Amino acid sequence: MKSNTQLLAQVTEFIGYEADLLDHKAYQEWLSLWTDSGLYIVPTDLNETDYLNTLNLALDDADMRRMRVARLENGESVSAMSVGSTVRMVSRVRILEAGDELVIARCAMTLNELRHGKLVTYPANVEYTLKTGAEGLKLERKVVKLLHADGFLRTVSFIF
Amino acid sequence: MSQLIDMKNIGLQAADMVDVEKGRVKKELYSNPEIFEEELDRVFNNTWVFVGHESEVPEAGSFKTAYIGRQPVILSRDRKMNLHVLQNRCRHRGATVCEARKGKTKAFTCPYHGWGYGLDGSLRALPKPEEYDGVFDKSEMPLESLRVESYQGMVFATFNNDIEPLEEFLGGAKKWIDLFMKQGGGYPVKVLGEHRFNFPGNWKIQLENTTDAYHFPIVHKSFVSSLDDATADIFDFLDGEGFVEDLGNGHSVMVMIPQLVDLEADLEQPIPERFSALAQALRDEGKSEDEVKKLVRAAHGTGFNLNLFPNVSCSMAFFRVLRPVSVGETEIQHVALGGDGAPDAFNHKRMRLHEHFQGPMGFGTPDDGEAWERVQKGSMAGTDGWILVNRGMSKLRTSEDGNPQGAVCSETGMRGAYQQYKKMMAAAEEK
Repeated sequence: MKSNTQLLAQVTEFIGYEADLLDHKAYQEWLSLWTDSGLYIVPTDLNETDYLNTLNLALDDADMRRMRVARLENGESVSAMSVGSTVRMVSRVRILEAGDELVIARCAMTLNELRHGKLVTYPANVEYTLKTGAEGLKLERKVVKLLHADGFLRTVSFIF
Repeated sequence: MSQLIDMKNIGLQAADMVDVEKGRVKKELYSNPEIFEEELDRVFNNTWVFVGHESEVPEAGSFKTAYIGRQPVILSRDRKMNLHVLQNRCRHRGATVCEARKGKTKAFTCPYHGWGYGLDGSLRALPKPEEYDGVFDKSEMPLESLRVESYQGMVFATFNNDIEPLEEFLGGAKKWIDLFMKQGGGYPVKVLGEHRFNFPGNWKIQLENTTDAYHFPIVHKSFVSSLDDATADIFDFLDGEGFVEDLGNGHSVMVMIPQLVDLEADLEQPIPERFSALAQALRDEGKSEDEVKKLVRAAHGTGFNLNLFPNVSCSMAFFRVLRPVSVGETEIQHVALGGDGAPDAFNHKRMRLHEHFQGPMGFGTPDDGEAWERVQKGSMAGTDGWILVNRGMSKLRTSEDGNPQGAVCSETGMRGAYQQYKKMMAAAEEK
């Protein structure tokens, strides 16, 4: 059993690594961070926890994640090609639960997107459910709670 | 001397920018702020505007907030289950009395001085009323209410007490609304949630898009690539038997997939392989084979987009609601629909399908948004110029309902909408 400090360092490193992959559009590697049963969720309702029973902005299982990445990479999406870059800042990482198999952590994220020369900012709380194992941590669930989730967002052609 | 703008002429000027004969409109209609102000007045404040679906206010005390153009309104259901659309403005000093998106309440209370209004808008109570003795009576100060009528659960309101009843306004579109509402799969259609996004462009760019099949294989190539082969074939409809029909009063329908116009027809067909998981889930919920067939067929929505002028469409499986914010900004809601009381597997499937294409993170909407943003930006090039909506003009036929009908990728629907726009922008001049 790791000490809290070790675990926090491991989780923080993992979250930073994931953020770096996404900002640098290393989507295939990002896909490999997931368990097969993992869910990537961006809710519209921040009070809701029954995501399957609710309309979300995104609720991606493994198939949908693969398709989402394919759409961003295959050069067929005009909006994906218009996204210049994203830079996300991740901080305030806190372990909420540390079990033998699952670690639940929460952090703050601010994602900045440059599109058509304009900066758009997305602040969010991000909740990670991470599976521990011999290969290190894997994403079992990632819930991106955008501050502006129920507002009128700009369209999104990247991955939070 | 500074140039004085003759506001009376703006409506007529805008109307003149729609060239019905040649099927084209001046690009300035997207970017002239004076024309935009006139549109709010002459179109949005002057016709039936969609404010919500009855399932969003299911019980006595239910409400939701909405907008008609820039004007905030509340759709509420009173204790007798009557629907009201109220201006969201306290009669005292003008504060909004409700900021929640939706909910349930007994009263709307102004946060400023505590005036309390009933669900029907009547002023019920206010602190220290004696200072109004001899000034006014409470009964004179309800929240101002709008004329409200609904059809098939779709609630519309208008500031204009003189226009025709809603059903007359919908006219030829009613038949298509009836067909659209069959997608509850035997259950009443119910709102399951909504996606909200905005784009930096004029509202009419979105209005045009709903009956624009021509863009689909180009803009939505990445979406089609994400589908299985059989579903991708269904979306390959430009060479099919579909059509666009001008239904009058600015309304139009674009039939992309004729075999999915009537979801209660062809129920004897076997369930396609790609729907087997949904079918099994419905069987597991105890549904009979007949019900399973009906639900599976309804799950993916209809094969058409119905555009209702000026702000809502019944678009395959969802409502698209637009709101003009400014000449160069439009807010859009994509309202997901399911069946009220329908099996979980059915409603879950409908939500997952909605998430797949719609909303700010769908596989379709961001590419639409990109195209519309580029239209707005590009329309600023040059001092004068036309937007073409003349596709298919020379090949019109008359539909069985006696309407102009063109090929599925014609711009017949856009021309219908602009004709109504022209009429409304010019007509107010006669007042």
